[in-house]
Amino acid sequence: MSGHDHHDHHHHDHDNHFTPIEARVKALESLMVEKGYVDPAALDAIIETYETKVGPRNGARVVAKAWTDPAYAERLKADGTAAVAELSYGGRGGEHIVAVFNTCEEHNLIVCTLCSCYPWPVLGLPPVWYKSPPYRSKAVIDPRGVLADFGVTLPEGQRIRVWDSTAETRFLVIPLRPAGTEGWSEEQLAAIVTRDSMIGTGLPQLDAAS
Amino acid sequence: MNGGQDLGGQMGFGPVKPEPNEPIFHGEWEKRVLALNVAAGAMGQWSIDESRHARESIPPADYLSFSYYQIWLAGLQGLLVRHGFVSEHELAEGKAIETPRQPKRVLKGEDVAAVLRRGFPYEREPKARPAFSVGDAVRTIVMHPQHHTRLPRYARGKTGIVERVSGCHVFPDTGAHGAPETAQWLYTVVFTGPELWGRDADSATSVSIEAWESYLEPA
Repeated sequence: MSGHDHHDHHHHDHDNHFTPIEARVKALESLMVEKGYVDPAALDAIIETYETKVGPRNGARVVAKAWTDPAYAERLKADGTAAVAELSYGGRGGEHIVAVFNTCEEHNLIVCTLCSCYPWPVLGLPPVWYKSPPYRSKAVIDPRGVLADFGVTLPEGQRIRVWDSTAETRFLVIPLRPAGTEGWSEEQLAAIVTRDSMIGTGLPQLDAAS
Repeated sequence: MNGGQDLGGQMGFGPVKPEPNEPIFHGEWEKRVLALNVAAGAMGQWSIDESRHARESIPPADYLSFSYYQIWLAGLQGLLVRHGFVSEHELAEGKAIETPRQPKRVLKGEDVAAVLRRGFPYEREPKARPAFSVGDAVRTIVMHPQHHTRLPRYARGKTGIVERVSGCHVFPDTGAHGAPETAQWLYTVVFTGPELWGRDADSATSVSIEAWESYLEPA
């Protein structure tokens, strides 16, 4: 980087307020645009997609529908990809979706120990902790310890099943519907479905409903 | 390869630290790295497995200290250089010097929504019947290849049960290295905690991996 700074300072004075990583990314982007490899409009459209269109509210809709529509839950169990496509979700980072349903006997937890595989179309981009060494290392050897890091204690006797996303299959946890939500609408239910409850590091939050 | 990426079961990283109200991005540059990776991947010059291999080839000390978007940035730079789209000299200068190489495709702004929605499905038409069925006991092979693999170290040489047969999927180990695409049957194989981690492990936990057929032998 010092050589880089030396070459650049006289014709990129306006770049001086950038950190080294910001400067590197700017340089790479302008190089790729200049060489015709990427369309700047495509970059903006990709960012806009994951900032405003694709995120965990999609997954919450899937969960709420599964809670209120037993036939939909059955279709989701049988073919996750097709069932989320009924709500117009799918595509990059979620070409093959499997929904895993929590039961009173077993709680599901999703991880990718080898990289950062995550069901983008239904949960959006993964949080930093999901991609970081503490989670990726510990989830498979000490899942109860991971849940404790999130302040989650499972009921006595509930087993834990960890799914390591080593292929292009992407998993979505369908949490148990909390007691006290009888008669709620899909919209009300979707509001209590947190992102973490669909990864398995959390549970639906009744106090999130307002 | 047994690189910095193969983290399952390693210790000493401390607790998981969730960030309350975490923003989608922690800075403008992270947005650009995401978009550049997605757009460059859509050029069709390398497979998702080759891009994973580029990231796991980062020396472990760097891999473990980088944020994930730093890993993606380093991986993308490596892929662009390896495929002759940019040179180290150009990366250092931040401007085009050599003649551009024509990519197979350039993702246009107006096509982004359709391309992301379509995705890149990895299931292929099978050419043979699956060797294993649901309920079969299988053992994962022991191997320590220099090349890319999706069989993590903690799950090598372990006995588990086939829980699901997921169709025939693109095989990553060879596809990461420029070989013509092949596909194999893919299975969900579930192991008990004690099988993976020894007799002191929590017997009320189990872990599954997605395993291609050549990772498995009958148990």
